[in-house]
Amino acid sequence: MSAYARPTRLDDALALLAGGGWRVLAGGTDVYPGQPAALAGDVLDVTALPEMRGIGTGDGLRIGACTTWSEIAEAALPPALHGLQQAARQVGGRQIQNAGTIGGNLCNASPAADGVPALLTLDAVVELASARGTRRLPLANFLTGPRQTARAADEVLLALHLPASALTGRSAFLKLGARAHLVISIAMVAVRCVAIGGIVTEMAASVGACGPVATRLPRVEAALTGAPVAGLAGRIRPEDVAAHLSPIDDVRASAAYRAEAATELLCRAVTEVAR
Amino acid sequence: MISFTLNGQPVSVDAPPSERLSEVLRERIGARGTKVGCDAGDCGACTVLVDGRSVCACLYPAARAEGARIETVEAGEDTLDRLRAAFLRHGAAQCGICTPGMLMAATELLTANPQPDPEQAKQALGGVLCRCTGYAAIIAAVCDAWRPAEAPGLPGAVGEPIARLDGAAKVAGDSFGADHVPPGALTVVALRSPHPLAAFAFGDLAAFAARPGVAAIFTAADIPGRNAFSVIPAFADQPAIAASPARFRGECVALVAFEPGVPPDLSGFPVEWSPLPALMTPAEAEVPGAPLIHGNRAENRLIEGRVIRADAASALAASAHVVEGALATTYVEHAYIEPEAGAAWMEGDTLCIRACTQAPYMDRDDTAAILGLPVERVRILPSAVGGGFGSKLDVSLQPLIGLVALKTGRPARMVYSRSESMASTTKRHPAEISGRIGCDAQGRITGLEVAGRFNTGAYSSWGPTVANRVPVHITGPYLTPAVSARARAVHTHGPVSGAFRGFGVPQAALWQETLYDRLAEKAGLDRLEFRILNALRDGDASATGQVMQATGIHPCLTALRPHWTRALAEARPDGHWRRGVGVASCWYGCGNTALPNPSTIRIGLTHRGELVLHQGATDIGQGANTVIPQIAAQALGLPLAVFRFVGTDTALTPDAGKTSASRQTFVSGRAAQAAGQALRAAILRLVNAGDGAELSLNGHFVTVSEGGARHRIDLSALPTDALGYAISAEETYDPPTRPLDENGQGSPYAVYGYGAQMVELAVDARLGTVKLLKITAAHDVGRAINPQLARGQIEGGIAQGIGMALMEDYIPGRTENLHDYLIPTTGDVPPIESLLIEVPDPEGPYGAKGLGEHVLIPTAPAILNAIRHATGAEVTRLPALPHRILAAMKGDRS
Repeated sequence: MSAYARPTRLDDALALLAGGGWRVLAGGTDVYPGQPAALAGDVLDVTALPEMRGIGTGDGLRIGACTTWSEIAEAALPPALHGLQQAARQVGGRQIQNAGTIGGNLCNASPAADGVPALLTLDAVVELASARGTRRLPLANFLTGPRQTARAADEVLLALHLPASALTGRSAFLKLGARAHLVISIAMVAVRCVAIGGIVTEMAASVGACGPVATRLPRVEAALTGAPVAGLAGRIRPEDVAAHLSPIDDVRASAAYRAEAATELLCRAVTEVAR
Repeated sequence: MISFTLNGQPVSVDAPPSERLSEVLRERIGARGTKVGCDAGDCGACTVLVDGRSVCACLYPAARAEGARIETVEAGEDTLDRLRAAFLRHGAAQCGICTPGMLMAATELLTANPQPDPEQAKQALGGVLCRCTGYAAIIAAVCDAWRPAEAPGLPGAVGEPIARLDGAAKVAGDSFGADHVPPGALTVVALRSPHPLAAFAFGDLAAFAARPGVAAIFTAADIPGRNAFSVIPAFADQPAIAASPARFRGECVALVAFEPGVPPDLSGFPVEWSPLPALMTPAEAEVPGAPLIHGNRAENRLIEGRVIRADAASALAASAHVVEGALATTYVEHAYIEPEAGAAWMEGDTLCIRACTQAPYMDRDDTAAILGLPVERVRILPSAVGGGFGSKLDVSLQPLIGLVALKTGRPARMVYSRSESMASTTKRHPAEISGRIGCDAQGRITGLEVAGRFNTGAYSSWGPTVANRVPVHITGPYLTPAVSARARAVHTHGPVSGAFRGFGVPQAALWQETLYDRLAEKAGLDRLEFRILNALRDGDASATGQVMQATGIHPCLTALRPHWTRALAEARPDGHWRRGVGVASCWYGCGNTALPNPSTIRIGLTHRGELVLHQGATDIGQGANTVIPQIAAQALGLPLAVFRFVGTDTALTPDAGKTSASRQTFVSGRAAQAAGQALRAAILRLVNAGDGAELSLNGHFVTVSEGGARHRIDLSALPTDALGYAISAEETYDPPTRPLDENGQGSPYAVYGYGAQMVELAVDARLGTVKLLKITAAHDVGRAINPQLARGQIEGGIAQGIGMALMEDYIPGRTENLHDYLIPTTGDVPPIESLLIEVPDPEGPYGAKGLGEHVLIPTAPAILNAIRHATGAEVTRLPALPHRILAAMKGDRS
């Protein structure tokens, strides 16, 4: 008989994890597909840990890893997070948004994870906890490849931290798929733009589903920072976008199309936020 | 023990904590109103509310339900009840399998927003897939649910849009194949081939059979009868359980029956696979010297159908304008939300099988042959069917669970997983079609020359039907004096291609209708006017030489004229959006192609005054359970409300044939009309009344009123007739057809239906994405027996056509789920305006023609034509995914 634990104290959860052999279960929306009627093995359900729920403010913003997409979509958040909220409303359907969590999305580490591009533009830092202590690392370092993260077996992804410096500006998220709802991206982009007096002072841009992990676009960001907001999208050079991508051909689209679409989506997202 | 509140009642249940909540509700508590369509959160059928929030119960651990308030479709809650009433009013439930999920998702929405607008409703229901309705009626119902329910409706005469008679069960969570579990039923699981072609050998089966919880194992060696079936008996080639080699990925090679309650686990099953080089495309299979998949079928060719009329080559040579083109389509999956499921048990020495099906009598005959039983010993009791669209014509699990029940003497139950359903059942034939069409200087079609190659997969299934139907229909409903049309079905080691709404005609229409657009341009004609000019008229001969009657295509096309004019005027570019308008037609012969195709309907009055309709036309959501009674009641002259309905059940209902080929309203409808008229005549004869008399039924008396005279017939005093009734009638109708000769000349169908659809869309010129704006659909139904159901068919068929055009691509081993295999969601179907055209057919009941398949045929070609109109892009490979459209746009520019 496999064990199922749903602790309400973080210490208890970390002690269990330290013992090894547990599968961590958050919303479950990526865990259950392909499984039999009940999950095999020992399951650690982390959804009852108060540290992992909800959105808190302090020095920046803290989002508990088990915060659901619906909670993110419905929260009152600054414009810098509107892109993340747009993503939250496009993760599966409402049923998935009500159950799926932002932390689960990151730990599942799909190349097409809807939450990642916007979080990259927010300079998100993940907080990992284990009985050994806690550590923080930038999201880009946490995601190491398709379905691969830097999380150790005894660690739990506790929360995301968005620094105050990244909570400024306007943001947008665009997702491209072959149907309206319940779609896995062909390509997606997120941007966050701070402009003062018609000049871009800060630009964060990222692309997902066009490589093993979603990525920021430093070349594009450099080209747009310091530029006037008027006609900003026209300054995006396709080669600057392509330099950061390694798209593949698959059933959803060709690699060449992905790169082209990513650039176009980026132009649109930039136009949406740059004013 | 897990305790929670279920629909207001406290429940406690012992379940593994990580078990899916859907499993707990259905299998442990027995609350099977909640449906399971995918076990992956892709379809939303299992949507329930947990503390007021919708979740997929299949992704929700049981332990998390502890202390929660769970609501399901079984709830008796006010919002839900108003939604149910609205769903019935609007015809929002067709097959009913997605209905519980839709209702629960809508309940969450209405609790927060009692009067949503359509956009809000589409957004809220975007997580629930429906394959039948095209969503329009569902969205309308959700937006309208706040209204107080209207007074009870119409009596149900022919032509009245009454709510479906089996609707109440559907909005309560109907009983589908997976929802009836005989006590003590064994759980049957199939071992399936993971390879397209593989030899295999079993190891120690006895050791596996001795595992705790394993009741029995069966292989091909255990089949007592003929281990070969086909929907067309002459082609029987498909084993119920394959002996080595397995010829396609997903083929069943063994069955394991597990004791009730034991998690079925096939790990370690003693089988050794030896994959062999497989022929995956017809091109590979037709290479000279390629290995034969079936030894008696040279060149791996199952069959070739052809229609030759006059000299097409000469006609084309003499034509003022000729266009040439090729088009390729892919495997398309039916993607009904109900995976195959059912149960079997013995009653005495009769094997009873209750499962989802479109063809109970064919199931009976095939299962009996496979199991070596006389047909009298097999009884098929169809469950409610959660969508079929052609794939549930072929047997799937019927012989499998039948074998287990027969051999063990114990009830047996089987529920396919989503991937198992997708991998093992039939698909739409991938087609490669190429040829030429010509016209004269005035734009009149002169000749057509075409060859089509259809990938029929590993076994015959409906390949012969596709090969025969395509040449007959490939001109479209246009006068074409010279035709050379060939279509061949070629075996591969791909999935078995079978029937899917249109039997190859949708693929053919894609080729011909896109070419007609180009031909119209060459002739300098407006694309709609070109079609009107060439539309078949009464008295014209079709490509098979059949002289047409009740030909409705001209009125369908002309009905589109004002819409066409408006749409063309509105189709101006807007930023990066390029607007386009496209049109395409359909015609489709109803019933079998030049083969017998009878239906029999029985109506009886009991001695106690019960009026019983034995209705054997299987309702898979299309509405036979409503339309057939409407026709019978009209013919008999008694109100629908006094009928009791029996069926479908091979022990209780005479054979009304299969639900396919758009035949039930026409063929079974004619039988119902005849039975109603015959019973009426028999009643009138008893009192020598004329046909104008009025009937009424009061207790065990039938009253016949004629002028001032009233006659009372005491049913209780009548002798019992041969069918066990006081008075009854049973009538058979078989459509008159004339066989096709070696050149495909003849009259293959007694009735044809017609239609034309116009698509307005916008293409994002930089991303290649398509935004559908509106579809206007004119369909000649002869007579709309029930206009609400007819509109439902149109909207649902269009949704499937949208999917085929823009997103659906079944790739074995790659898109065997509903997140990689995309079907349209609430946001993908634009507003649809249905124009019901009625050109009565003298053969149809009250003039009615078939409609079910017609509605899908024009949609995809009209979309491609609109894309080309918008952008110049000629997409010749489906689906028209964004990257293909963008590439085609560039090809056009270069």
